[in-house]
Amino acid sequence: MRLINLNPGRGRRVFLGALPFALLALAYVVGSALRLADNPGDKLLPSLAAMGRMIDVMAFTPDKRTGDYLLWTDTAASLFRLWSGLAIATAIALVVGLLNGVLPVARATLAPFVAFLSMVPPLALLPVLFIVLGLGEVSKIALIVIGVAPILTRDLALTAAALPREQIVKAQTLSASSWLIAWRVVLPQVMPRLIDALRLQLGPAFLFLIAAEAISAEGGLGYRIFLVRRYLSMDIIFPYVVWITLLAVVMDLGLRLLRRRLYPWAEPEARS
Amino acid sequence: MTSLSIEGLWKEYGDQVVLENVSLAIAPRAFVALVGPSGCGKTTFLRLLLGQERPTRGKIEMDGAPLPPEPGPDRGVVYQRYSVFPHLTALQNVMLGPELRASRLTGRLWGAARRRLADEAAALLADVGLSGSEAKFPAQLSGGMQQRLALAQTLVMRPKLLLLDEPFGALDPGIRTETHALMRRLWHEHPMTVVMVTHDLREAFALATRIIAFDRPRNRPEERERYGATVTNDIVLWPPRVAGRQTIYDADIPPDQDDLTRFAITGTARVDQGPPP
Repeated sequence: MRLINLNPGRGRRVFLGALPFALLALAYVVGSALRLADNPGDKLLPSLAAMGRMIDVMAFTPDKRTGDYLLWTDTAASLFRLWSGLAIATAIALVVGLLNGVLPVARATLAPFVAFLSMVPPLALLPVLFIVLGLGEVSKIALIVIGVAPILTRDLALTAAALPREQIVKAQTLSASSWLIAWRVVLPQVMPRLIDALRLQLGPAFLFLIAAEAISAEGGLGYRIFLVRRYLSMDIIFPYVVWITLLAVVMDLGLRLLRRRLYPWAEPEARS
Repeated sequence: MTSLSIEGLWKEYGDQVVLENVSLAIAPRAFVALVGPSGCGKTTFLRLLLGQERPTRGKIEMDGAPLPPEPGPDRGVVYQRYSVFPHLTALQNVMLGPELRASRLTGRLWGAARRRLADEAAALLADVGLSGSEAKFPAQLSGGMQQRLALAQTLVMRPKLLLLDEPFGALDPGIRTETHALMRRLWHEHPMTVVMVTHDLREAFALATRIIAFDRPRNRPEERERYGATVTNDIVLWPPRVAGRQTIYDADIPPDQDDLTRFAITGTARVDQGPPP
């Protein structure tokens, strides 16, 4: 039988999906054990037990100086920045992207400008943001907005412009005004794509967040990683990286469920 | 009762002449079928009637007044594809037009007005044979059901002029015959003039009161761009088919069985909802 016709069943799919994770974990455990056998003081690949102890210190023991549970205060600070940035970027994308996608006049005015802005490397602007907006929350949120909003905007405008022309004409024969076409015909049909674009932008958003926190912050997941880097504390860095990844995965899943709940007609199986 | 008058109509795209000196008078309540080879400007002509495009020269008058320069609720349209909105259920698709007309800010109705409209829309859906499918999205409907939904969505606005762009072209023969019967009945019952583009001559003769053929009278390849299509044949069906009245085509047929072809193909026709009775 050809390989291309071989479809794994449900149980086998779960097994195959878990395989790479298991292999990675195994490789780490073996590597760590080998290095620690050579040198019990090795900091590069700490044992799982050592990481467990540090997770306990970071997440479940109050900090000696401040009395905070560091992992949770770091997470709260980072998520506040991330979500604020993503929310503002989404709002900008909705307004500007919809205008660009629906109105030819707006497209002629704004589309080249947005295309230009989206090519500015956001990290190159970071020093400017710190100088102009200060070292507080605003500059970090602004970096996320600058990094994410232009791409969301262009994606939304492209999706809106790709709607069949027939639908726009049809809406006019149903007495819709320009506003009503945007509101009741275009907006609901670009929302599923906007959610998907947001999912794809979670990675870049975290990148901008951690870059900003690494340079200047008083807390946050990226701040902590770059702080303990000085002591080569891999036993803190590894759990933090895993935790950040988990947060992103959960957000991705949440957005996917939101999309399925709100826009069932846009699911691939509904379009069969 | 809507008449159309088209005089000296030209449509050019840059150097290319698509329509050349088309003049037509279309009587109120007519059902006009536009036929012709592909690329002869049938659809362009329909777009001009719709207001989606402007003529290069000439004028189009509807009931003696110049045609508005953009599409509006007085002219309904059904396309071969993309006629219904994929993000709305069948019922919402039919309710959309009246909602947009009544509520200029939110495009939605609430409370008693909404319930009244929903009842009206459900009745119209039942009229085109879609009762039971109110909550389905278009992607869950067959091609024939989608086109019937598109008709209901358009007719709820009570357009004076209904424009059809190969609306039944993608349906398989059995479904197409059924949809023709529905289309004839709707034309009889709704006070509208119909212009339909089709490439199917049988369909044209099965539905229309008048068949107009577009073609390029001069078709040499080297001068193709410089000469557009115009009316080459104008056939009025005889004996005439008259809107709202029984004619020879549908006399002596019990109601709901007004399609002769159905009897001929019983047993082979595919029925698009449920098993045959």
